[in-house]
Amino acid sequence: MNNLLAPHLVALVDGAPRLMGSRCTACGERYFPACRGCTRCCSTDLAPADLGGRGSLWSWTVQGFLPKAPYDSGETASDFAPYGVGYVELSCGLKVEARLTEVEGLVIGMPMALVVVPYRKGSSGLQTYAFSPVTEGRP
Amino acid sequence: MTDDIAIIGVGMHPFGRHDGLSGLEQGALAVRAALADAGLAWSQVGVAYGGSQDAGNADALANLLGLTGMPFINVANGCATGGSALASVVSALRAGAADIGLAVGFDKHPRGAFNARPADWGLEEWYGRTGLMLTTQFFALKTQRYLHEHRLSEDLLALAAERAFRNGALTPHAWRRQALSREEIAESAVVNPPLRKYMFCNPAEGGAAVLMCRAADVARFGGRPIWIKAALMRTRHHGSFEVFSPSLAPMQAASPTVTASRAAFEAAGVGPSDINVIQLQDTDSGSELIHIAENGFCEHGEQERLLRRGETEIGARLPINTDGGCLANGEPVGASGLRQVIEVCLQLRRQAGARQVPGQPRLGYTHVYGAPGVSAVTILQT
Repeated sequence: MNNLLAPHLVALVDGAPRLMGSRCTACGERYFPACRGCTRCCSTDLAPADLGGRGSLWSWTVQGFLPKAPYDSGETASDFAPYGVGYVELSCGLKVEARLTEVEGLVIGMPMALVVVPYRKGSSGLQTYAFSPVTEGRP
Repeated sequence: MTDDIAIIGVGMHPFGRHDGLSGLEQGALAVRAALADAGLAWSQVGVAYGGSQDAGNADALANLLGLTGMPFINVANGCATGGSALASVVSALRAGAADIGLAVGFDKHPRGAFNARPADWGLEEWYGRTGLMLTTQFFALKTQRYLHEHRLSEDLLALAAERAFRNGALTPHAWRRQALSREEIAESAVVNPPLRKYMFCNPAEGGAAVLMCRAADVARFGGRPIWIKAALMRTRHHGSFEVFSPSLAPMQAASPTVTASRAAFEAAGVGPSDINVIQLQDTDSGSELIHIAENGFCEHGEQERLLRRGETEIGARLPINTDGGCLANGEPVGASGLRQVIEVCLQLRRQAGARQVPGQPRLGYTHVYGAPGVSAVTILQT
């Protein structure tokens, strides 16, 4: 995970990726990505927060057509591979929007784990965060 | 009654695609149609608010219509542009800024889904570059969650779209004038599941214009007034589930549709059961299902019964999107909300032809919703 497009979104803790955001020190509300203002209580006193890397699938869809710019996967309409998109509800209750590693077998409520995946074609492909279903036998 | 504002003229340039005609020209044609409807001249218009998303500055309409020196304010409120322009004209007329006010919207979008720029919405670049910033994804994600939470069947998405195209076929100025079967809709290409091709509206072109005056001046300017009982817009609260949201708060809040709708019913002094004809934002058929409940016309989850019993059809209790809505008309963003207002005016004047709601409808309702969490509602009365 040394080629992340947005390195501030993810940190490695004990070898596992975790999402990084903010927590409002006044009301406790959490945010992803990190921000400078709390839209709940209007405080500007926010601290960095480790949001974790586990959750459950809250909603999902599949991106079935090649998005226009600013999407920059390097694909064309002929080699575009549909990708999953969903909201994953983290243990803190925040629901984070993410690419999903699967486009089939997605079910609301299924356990999900954070991963880092390439989203751009080519050997120097940029990476981004994504969520993957947690399968039996996998940690 | 002195504070009441009346709509005294409406005009449209048909929605669709019009090669060789700019968006601005389509806006000017809509204004000319509204002036003809009201029997007024452009030189009599004393204040104007208007906008487009992709077709230029509304105040440039004066270059086509006449340079009269009046105040012309450009509005850029996404899908709520028309509703915001209308609400602004109502305020300006009430304040005595002019005797006749114009709300106008027009647009001409490139083909295909909108491609928003993250910086315009206060978002970081990665959100767009990694393929998360698409309005169609949001509508699919909200619909997917809604169907799950309220145990509604996916079949309703095709049912709602089927009614839209059936009504569009009855509407001379609609873009899509061919009825589609439920099977054709349910088997059309998957765009963002559970939503398919014929369940989404398309960005389009067109213009819409509405002329207004104070109650005291209605006799002077003639016409058949339609009274504006409420015209307002609202933005989102913390926690509502909105388009372009990298994350959602743990506690979900009511959408701006809910807050705009409640405020409008309160301002008008009427309730959902009093409304005789309804236009709801149907960017996709999932949105329409959700908006029936968010605007107070049924309980969440009740849509299954409503649609299966045909209660949202033109001849039934809750006639929704009588002109085919965004699905059949397409969505020129700047003009879309005013198209709804015009459709309700035509219904209340009993000029809606083959799609006319039976009897004498007295109250009509319009609703738009869009990025980044805005909604505008009007309640109109004969």
